[in-house]
Amino acid sequence: MHYVRPNSIEEAVDLAAKDNAFILAGGSDLLVRMKGDFVDPDLIIDIKAIKGLGDIRETDGGFSIGAAVPCAALGEHAALKSAWPGVVEAANLIGSKQVQGRCTIAGNLCNASPAADSVPALVAADAQAVIIGPSGKRTVAVQSIPTGPGKTSLAAGEIVESIELANRPARSSDAYLRFIPRSEMDIAVVSAAVNLTLDSSGVIETARVALGAVAATVLLVTEAADAIVGTKLDADALDKLAAACSAASKPIADKRGTVEYRKKVAGVLARRAAEIAYKRAGGQ
Amino acid sequence: MSGIAVTTTINGDTVEFLCQAEETLLDVLRNRLGMTGAKEGCGTGDCGACSVVVDGRLVCSCLVLGAEAEGRKIETIEGIADGDTLHPLQEKFIEHAALQCGVCTPGFLVAAKDLLERNPDPTEEEIRFGLAGNLCRCTGYDKIVRAVQDAAKEMRGA
Repeated sequence: MHYVRPNSIEEAVDLAAKDNAFILAGGSDLLVRMKGDFVDPDLIIDIKAIKGLGDIRETDGGFSIGAAVPCAALGEHAALKSAWPGVVEAANLIGSKQVQGRCTIAGNLCNASPAADSVPALVAADAQAVIIGPSGKRTVAVQSIPTGPGKTSLAAGEIVESIELANRPARSSDAYLRFIPRSEMDIAVVSAAVNLTLDSSGVIETARVALGAVAATVLLVTEAADAIVGTKLDADALDKLAAACSAASKPIADKRGTVEYRKKVAGVLARRAAEIAYKRAGGQ
Repeated sequence: MSGIAVTTTINGDTVEFLCQAEETLLDVLRNRLGMTGAKEGCGTGDCGACSVVVDGRLVCSCLVLGAEAEGRKIETIEGIADGDTLHPLQEKFIEHAALQCGVCTPGFLVAAKDLLERNPDPTEEEIRFGLAGNLCRCTGYDKIVRAVQDAAKEMRGA
């Protein structure tokens, strides 16, 4: 196995196209997979020396979070936390403080676990991923990257360079909740993220609802968003939101939860996340 | 033997070593540099016994490659005491008997020091969440939490 630390993204792309090459950002998935003999890389490409990849930038359009930014840094960025509290709280639920000192949202996305914590929040936020590869640069919606457990739509040699979050209209916010049987340090049994914008009278103008750990990939549930748009999140709207989330869930049954349980909890978490996001956005 | 030549700073000292690509920072600390304070509990980032601070970030050294240490500033348990003078956290861990077998203790001390540097007056809940990445199979955690609370109080001069 070889280890390289390129200084430019172009060099990293050339290297990433090689057989059995793996990108190393935080390493909190890659090194665990190596230790468990699930992967045996010939080449490890450490992207942390590439200029800009370790930065959170405030751009004209919003925020650009470099692929090597540790999740701990998201929680320390006041403007990002204020604009996208749901994304930040999701990122800060991944693993322990030690893991958060290393893990990245780009890595969480590319690891393509159906139970990834930051991905439902990013999907609800309509985050975009900037991808650079042998045929140039492209920007895609985050939800198009994971295609199944451990599988992504990235082509050989493609690297996620940054995750982009847009500026927020007034009266906008988001929230993320997950259920785990412990109080911390566990993998989501079910998770839900809600992102919404209110009009000046507190009526929900736009909403996005995403669920994690209830399908092979994160689900964007448009029926759930439709159930609360045009409402002030009254009891009837919340019931419809929860029902839509339960109906959309297609979970597996395993030792962490049955199908019935996960479907039910998906609705409960979406309801609670919607209430938190609504309050954060200034709704009464 | 061939290897990757790495120059890094550990507890303020410049350190040079050779390592293989697959060696973790924990392997390097323990097997090449003789710094056996950091322990390998799980080797997969779950137990925190190998906690160190790299460029101001608390991390599990089992999830860092030795080669990544190039040009970084690393702080380990060996740098916590000032000569023969123990750090207040170390004093309080002894005073409160916050350790039994001791394997988790270096990781707890490194993580607790990082916690108190970020939050000098944490609540019990903040301490428990802050140290959730450190597992102890002996104490039941209460004594550890009390030792950290007491050390925090002393460090604040309260």
